Amino acid sequence: MSARRQQPATPARKKMVGERVPLIDGIEKVTGRANYTADFPIAGALVGRIYRSPYSHARIIRVDVAAARKLPGVVAVITGDDCDKTYGILPIAQNEYPMARDRVRYRGEPVAAVAARDEAAAEAALRLIRMEVEELPAYTEPAKAREPSAVNLHDDRPGNLERDVHHEFGDLAAGFAAADLVREESFDCAEVTHVHMEPHAALADYDAERDRITLHTVSQVPYYVHLMVAQCLGMDTARVRVIKPFIGGGFGARTETLNFEIIACLMARAAGGRVRFKLSREETFLTHRGRPRTQIKLKLGMTKDGRLTACACEVVQAGGAYGGYGIVTILYAGALLNGLYDIPAVKYDGYRVYTNTPPCGAMRGHGTVDVRHAFECLLDTMAAELNIDPMALRRRNLLSAPTKTINDLMITSYGLPQCLDWAEEASGWQARKDALPPGKGLGMACSHYVSGAAKPVHWTGEPHAVVNLKLDFDGGITILTGAADIGQGSSTILAQAVGEVLGLDLTRLSVIANDSRITPKDNGSYSSRVTFMVGNAAIQAAERLKEILVAAAAKKLDAKPGDIECLGEVYRVAGGQDPGLSLNEVIKEALIDSGTITVKGTFTVPREFQGGKFRGAAVGSSMAYSYAASVAEVSVDDDTGTVRVDKVWVAHDCGFALNPLSVEGQVQGAVWMGLGQALSEETRYHDGLPVGANMLDYRVPSIVESPDIQVKIVESMDPNGPFGAKEASEGALSSIIPAVANAVHAAIGARLTRTPMTPDRVLDALTKARKAAAAGNLKRSA
Amino acid sequence: MAKNILRLTVNGRPREDAVASNLLLVDYLREVAGLTGTKMGCDGGECGACTVLVDGRARLSCLTLAASCAGRQVETIEGCAIGGRMSRLQQAFHEKLGSQCGYCTPGMIMAAEGLLRHTPAPTPTEIRQALGGNICRCTGYVKIVESVEAAAAGPES
Repeated sequence: MSARRQQPATPARKKMVGERVPLIDGIEKVTGRANYTADFPIAGALVGRIYRSPYSHARIIRVDVAAARKLPGVVAVITGDDCDKTYGILPIAQNEYPMARDRVRYRGEPVAAVAARDEAAAEAALRLIRMEVEELPAYTEPAKAREPSAVNLHDDRPGNLERDVHHEFGDLAAGFAAADLVREESFDCAEVTHVHMEPHAALADYDAERDRITLHTVSQVPYYVHLMVAQCLGMDTARVRVIKPFIGGGFGARTETLNFEIIACLMARAAGGRVRFKLSREETFLTHRGRPRTQIKLKLGMTKDGRLTACACEVVQAGGAYGGYGIVTILYAGALLNGLYDIPAVKYDGYRVYTNTPPCGAMRGHGTVDVRHAFECLLDTMAAELNIDPMALRRRNLLSAPTKTINDLMITSYGLPQCLDWAEEASGWQARKDALPPGKGLGMACSHYVSGAAKPVHWTGEPHAVVNLKLDFDGGITILTGAADIGQGSSTILAQAVGEVLGLDLTRLSVIANDSRITPKDNGSYSSRVTFMVGNAAIQAAERLKEILVAAAAKKLDAKPGDIECLGEVYRVAGGQDPGLSLNEVIKEALIDSGTITVKGTFTVPREFQGGKFRGAAVGSSMAYSYAASVAEVSVDDDTGTVRVDKVWVAHDCGFALNPLSVEGQVQGAVWMGLGQALSEETRYHDGLPVGANMLDYRVPSIVESPDIQVKIVESMDPNGPFGAKEASEGALSSIIPAVANAVHAAIGARLTRTPMTPDRVLDALTKARKAAAAGNLKRSA
Repeated sequence: MAKNILRLTVNGRPREDAVASNLLLVDYLREVAGLTGTKMGCDGGECGACTVLVDGRARLSCLTLAASCAGRQVETIEGCAIGGRMSRLQQAFHEKLGSQCGYCTPGMIMAAEGLLRHTPAPTPTEIRQALGGNICRCTGYVKIVESVEAAAAGPES
């Protein structure tokens, strides 16, 4: 103990960023008080159900709902005849009706819907609906859909090609000519889907007297739902209110407006009241919008010391029956071939194909995951041929920030070298990679992702993000945001950002999010944009509020604003003896003339970050990129072909961890989701019929087979990120799938080019490798 | 469907309701008792989100008939807090981020509660086995295991 007289306690500003803050809405979640869409009281609500097509591809001759309409207890039945407006996430590709008209294009496509007084009547009504059709040939294989004789799913898309992309940057011929080693390999990655834990649900309430509609729904982007509901119902947007309550995950599935959301609104209007739709897990699978099956042909050129000289990549995605996000997905697949390593020449040919399966869409790591898998696997193969360590090979191809890639992506911060260093060290890479017993292996890979798509889906010119702060006489500060917290913790991050600027902890702060009547419009939670864009808007709003508080304190203290020091709960003259004013006194002074204050912060990505001048350049452009390096340790049972991941080390450069607890959680979740895709997850169709649309057959890893995932946060301090932050939720995912594949290769000496690496595929690869080895021995002995 | 009187205890409170003999426990809890903390994540027995305790043992309420709980003690997530304060498991899941979107959380906490009742100091393997039927799509489970470990190590609440 010091003998010195204790100084009077200096009031301290609260430090809010960089702290392990539990979720601001976490208590509601762990106590069961959090209300999800299906949890709202439903007094008087009708039960809505959807009739779905039993055909993969057919011309509709007639949908007979007469018997269903007559059934006692049934209040309304609607069909494609009730809405002739199309919808879709991309303004240039809206080719989907909420309920099919004229044609159905996948099994499970909504055709009609019923609203009844109870479940039993709704169920019985569905069974009375009859559909008369002329069946058409259906395609689940993209190659079949592209055959010249194939029937077009959409008349304006000959060859069932939704979009082909042909990009070439740098001198490809020179690049391959300069290579000492050129290798080409084909990969086939299965379609996967999100399996957010909350099945889809919507609660629509139509006020027939006022012609207004209120929708509670599970959206990641409530604003686009708002637009699409207004469009499909032919209502003015001012008559529509969209509320997103707690939602049980999204992972990209809920970035698009989904058919049931519009159907719920159409039905509420038809029935003149309140209708609740609770989709089953099977229907949630059918609604899909997952990652498409992706076939990749990749060719890389490399000098003998491991420098990449050229890359040529052809990608075919089986996109499902409608446009959805497809154009963006196929563009992402090519764009992010760049931005991770320094490659002088890159050629990309992408083909997005319509197939008679549920529409694909955005899923964590949108468009980039399967291509990254192929790339990192082929790097591993070539490293082995050149006898270069895989870590060293990556280090020979690093970028140096700031830089602009050959396809005009602006790289402003780049923590990949530090990610590699940690992953190598923590996993004991150098000592262990060649020392593991047979059947065990270490593998590594790298990846990156955008921190928000620089150009919004709707190029309407308004700010990309708006945050309002309301300060009232109670001294509370309410953060109003349209950014959708889907479990990733965005509301917490915004509160931390505001708290940091104002020097306040969460005591005075609360967040109200996602009620279109109250909160400012936001582009929502997709492309890992919220922390970066809405975070920056929140900082600006808080700074503006602080200016007002500082001015009020200055007035009251008879000082210049420049001399006022903000200590959170205390405002005082800097360096003075005066104890200053409490925040409550400052707030009273600030509001005395004006009354309640609402200040606004906005953020828009500057034009120079929104991509180059070529067609499709906007996709992939971002103001900052996250980086990751993963190492996986696996055990392969060569009797059963089972791959077990024993341990994962992952380093993720998120710029700056606003909330390290959250970042760890996001990175662990992303990597784990990748493990599912690597080993067990795959949607399967038999004759167009989704088989295994349930959580037993679609194998999401359980806690029993999930490994420990050690996370290292790398902080490269992005110059434009909020307090230096970049994205944390998606970038690491795509490194883990190739890391596991490379580890399997190290363990058994066989390369799997298909995902998931299921036991049967592992056994096939082992058998092939053994046969090849035996043939080699035979040759040598001959 | 004929209805019978069901008498049981839910979160310590005796109840008496007329329920159909085919009513599932999850629907009884959510629709009759208004306890919507218990979630439905699948079409039956696939995900564990609806886990509750029946006579202190973890059960899937979506595979349990309400009528089969006559005379039994049913506990749900709403019954965990004591005097408005979170239980040790709830607190650990909150502070350790064992919950992200929160949808699997009630079932996960009830399954863990069932474990800790008879195994107060579980090993990580015992935790993984007890939660083996509970799917979480957000966390990768790492922080869920940490949450249960922290709750087990903490003082009795």
